[in-house]
Amino acid sequence: MSVQVARHVGEVLDNLSSVTGATLLAGGTDLLVEINFGRARPATVVAIDRVAELKNLERNGRVRMGALVTYTRMLDDDPGSPALREAARTVGSPQIRNAGTLGGNLGTCSPAGDTLPVLAALDATIVLRSAKTERRLRFGEFMTGPKKSARRPDELIVAAEWDDAGPAQTFMKVGTRNAMVIAVAGLALVVDRARKRVGAGLGSCGPTIIRAAEAERFAEGLFADAGWERASRPSDAAAKEFGRLVAAAAKPIDDVRGTAAYRRHVLAVMGARALARVAAIA
Amino acid sequence: MSTSAPRVRVRGVVGESVERPDAVPKVKGEFEYASDLRRDGMLFGATLRSPHAHARIAGIETSAAKRMSGVRAVITSGELPTRERFGLMKLDQPVLATERVRYVGEPVAIVAADSAEEARLAVRAITVRYEPLAAITDPVAALQQGAEQLHRSGNVIDEVIVVHGDPDTRADVVVEGEYEVAMQDQAALGPEAGLAIPRRDGGVDLHVATQWLHEDLRQIAPCLGLPESKVRLVLAGVGGAFGAREDVTLQIHTCLLALATRRPVRMTYGREESFYGHVHRHPAKLFYAHGATKRGELVFVRATIVLDGGAYASSSPAVIANAACFGAGPYRVPNARIHAVGAYTNNPPAGAMRGFGAVQSCFAYEGQMDALAAKLGIDPVELRERNALRNGDPIITSQPVEGSAPVAEIVRRCADAPLPPRGPETDPIALPGGAGNLTHGEGVRRGVGFAVGMKNVCYSHGFDDFATARVRLMRDERGPLARVHTAAAEVGQGLVTVCVQIVRTELGVERVELDPPDTTIGSAGSSSASRQTWMTGGAVLAACREVKAVLLSRARATGRPPDDLAALLDEPIDKTVSHRHRDTEPRDAATQNAGHVAFLFAAHRAVADVDIETGLIKVVQIATAQDVGKAINPLAVVGQIEGGIAQGLGLAVMEEVILKDGHVRNASFTDYLLPTTLDMPPVVTLLIEHPHPDAPYGAKGVGEPPTISSTPAIVAAIRAATGRTLHRVPVRPDDIVFDEPYRSGWRITPGDDPRRAVRA
Ligand SMILES: Cc1cc2nc3c(=O)[nH]c(=O)nc-3n(C[C@H](O)[C@H](O)[C@H](O)COP(=O)(O)OP(=O)(O)OC[C@H]3O[C@@H](n4cnc5c(N)ncnc54)[C@H](O)[C@@H]3O)c2cc1C
Repeated sequence: MSVQVARHVGEVLDNLSSVTGATLLAGGTDLLVEINFGRARPATVVAIDRVAELKNLERNGRVRMGALVTYTRMLDDDPGSPALREAARTVGSPQIRNAGTLGGNLGTCSPAGDTLPVLAALDATIVLRSAKTERRLRFGEFMTGPKKSARRPDELIVAAEWDDAGPAQTFMKVGTRNAMVIAVAGLALVVDRARKRVGAGLGSCGPTIIRAAEAERFAEGLFADAGWERASRPSDAAAKEFGRLVAAAAKPIDDVRGTAAYRRHVLAVMGARALARVAAIA
Repeated sequence: MSTSAPRVRVRGVVGESVERPDAVPKVKGEFEYASDLRRDGMLFGATLRSPHAHARIAGIETSAAKRMSGVRAVITSGELPTRERFGLMKLDQPVLATERVRYVGEPVAIVAADSAEEARLAVRAITVRYEPLAAITDPVAALQQGAEQLHRSGNVIDEVIVVHGDPDTRADVVVEGEYEVAMQDQAALGPEAGLAIPRRDGGVDLHVATQWLHEDLRQIAPCLGLPESKVRLVLAGVGGAFGAREDVTLQIHTCLLALATRRPVRMTYGREESFYGHVHRHPAKLFYAHGATKRGELVFVRATIVLDGGAYASSSPAVIANAACFGAGPYRVPNARIHAVGAYTNNPPAGAMRGFGAVQSCFAYEGQMDALAAKLGIDPVELRERNALRNGDPIITSQPVEGSAPVAEIVRRCADAPLPPRGPETDPIALPGGAGNLTHGEGVRRGVGFAVGMKNVCYSHGFDDFATARVRLMRDERGPLARVHTAAAEVGQGLVTVCVQIVRTELGVERVELDPPDTTIGSAGSSSASRQTWMTGGAVLAACREVKAVLLSRARATGRPPDDLAALLDEPIDKTVSHRHRDTEPRDAATQNAGHVAFLFAAHRAVADVDIETGLIKVVQIATAQDVGKAINPLAVVGQIEGGIAQGLGLAVMEEVILKDGHVRNASFTDYLLPTTLDMPPVVTLLIEHPHPDAPYGAKGVGEPPTISSTPAIVAAIRAATGRTLHRVPVRPDDIVFDEPYRSGWRITPGDDPRRAVRA
């Protein structure tokens, strides 16, 4: 196994285009596990963790988060999304949060990746660059299946971008341990009061992150009635209905971490709670 | 018992909190674990394991593997030096599978190669032709007529029946329930590892992380075709044990590869292999009936207990005996019948784990005590106090509790411990779901639960249980020095400080050094059954007293004061002593005899917050009162108690080796969940010190009781918070949100023979 240490995006892109099967290493918290389990045996590894350009975090109405921003950074700096910060807090342990990155979460593209429901709910754009071109994909186009994305082998994930949606957002995650647990189900809810838009992203409930479109439209109706700009309190019945629609969007399976029935059940609970929580924030 | 104490004041004696010598190295990553061992020219071993729960082996092809680069040896059952089998209590386990594999993960072939990677690749290049057979994975099914016999002796590993008083008597109030305990993993952080070095004389030295060097030796040597004198075992750094290192795992394999290649060979399991490589806690199905008077006095306990022993016997017979003997708990029970059976199945073998059979029955009988309290309208703590064993009362094996049985005292002290402040917690991280940010108080209910448990200390039922210690008192340029040699395994429990504290106390010498444990001295017995303080501590104490007798006679002869060590040690004093506890009786047909040395008791009170809508749990506080006899090292005792509670909490709410058709579905720490610091609550510990007359300084064992009743206490708290029945551990979120009571799938009248079970 050969390891190249890149310092600039250009070097990374050159490696990706010239060496077939070159594998990128960011924090290594997914890749090293794959190697240890014998599921990956990359011939060439390109370490990108010293590429400063990928660590940028810009906010001015539009947020641009470089691929190398770690979970610890999302907690320490304002990451331009309260839901993303809450998602970062649910990830792993301090050691994992110090090393693990947004780009790595996107690179792995697991339905249990905790930043992914947030990026879906924010309707974020993923910026991909190769030696030849740059592509910008909406999150929904980027993720195509469990651990499958539209990223081509010669592309580097450079950043994710989204409109700053304000404070009315939250992320919740269910796992059978109080920390350091892979999501049995996750939910990100974003209410962009300025743009009059609701985004709901579901994690670990299907082959990809799922947007609960019907639930989003239902909630938009509620906020239109209550006044987008105002804090409000949805009725219990409305919160419950929102939860029901969230759960109905899911395509869960039974696996070793939980049953499909339980996933549907907790999505409904999370949906109702998230709506009430977020509606109160203006 | 004690002779006059030396006048010199030394630090770090019995009763003081002494820091462990290995504490800082372990925290700094400098401690040498077995998996860190290296030698020049060392080879790496790897194991090919069965992918089938049950299959006939039709053929094994190793020639491709043998031709691969770096490969030095490939051994299958055909190349073994002997046909000997191994096993702790029955020699039923082949070194490498011959005609048949009986569980997923059973070793089939071993390889030594220049690198770990080459060894792994070679293992993959071995082809085995299997003819799969139907697997039996339900232990009750294994016991029924017509079930395929997995061993020539049948599917019953062992059977223990306790008949006490008139078990068929009637009672005013009866509660019945069935319970299940799933498979728990010991999850020691240090996986199995050993280094074997061939010797010039044709023998082999094995450095290995184990719990009992001499028992390993007894099983290893015959399988190598060597006399015990040609095999020496040395204890390597142990990264936790909890019972998983009582059995032979890679010991014989590593030695075989070293002997075959004439090179040092190290084997180290990874985490996944460790899940298949060692025995686990026995899964159990328990069927109970409790009868009581209207005033809440227990009249009878009838129970049928079926333990899943998996493919091989391991220590199942002793686990079954414990589950049965302590099957009624620390209560006065005049009439009982407990019928406990261990079954062979095609699941991974089960064996020793902290609590050893007492854990499984405690979960059931404490659930029963709560059900009885509810039916009688009596407070659960009061019901336990009313029925608590007192000094001299017999347990259901008719053996009276000698020394002290402070059951009512620990129950009351524990129940009176201060409760945690009443929420509402504002930080979601302190609420159920923790870092998942699920609730800010919605759906959260608090419950309080209580449980008491008991277990024996030391080995039981006529076993010749002893420990050997050598103490040498000498002088060097820095002054007096004592050296202690035993074969006792320090597995994290803190025996290393106990031995040093005893020597300091007895001989008044502050410098005490421990020789590396190995088999050149007599056996110390196992670091299990909470016994090493009692046994090896007892042996060190006895050796110290013999040393001191010599010291005193030298003092008399020379007219020097006995604490003038410098003057009395021109010649070193060297004493080796074997220490035995008092005899125990072998089991008779009705198990009515004094089969145990002494008993340990602990009580736990749990406070838990439960999010009843998501079924997630946050244990808020555990209070415990435990009779420890005498805390030799109070800090270490508290460490044992808190660690044991963490393991009991794990079993209560998350730890399960999930099996499907004999396959482990979660053989990694990603999906086998262990409690984190966010799951483990503060513990209020009350040490009750009633010295036991037979034990060194009165110190009873402390390691196991924390794991026994903490589990049922936590589940009782969850029941109190949710109103659910929860008769299975670990409690899963589904059990709470969907409220489907546990069903075993079998109808068995409690106390009856499980061979007469009927499918429900
Ligand atoms: C103990 C533990 C706990 C964990 N807990 C969680 C959790 O709670 N939630 C969660 O979501 N995840 C969790 N993870 C998984 C992991 O930490 C995250 O997915 C993390 O975001 C991965 O980032 P990384 O930088 O370490 O990725 P790496 O391991 O370096 O890379 C992961 C993959 O992405 C590719 N890649 C990395 N960067 C780029 C890039 N810029 N462009 C293109 N491809 C790239 C790599 O080639 C590789 O295939 C956990 C992992 C561990 C070991």
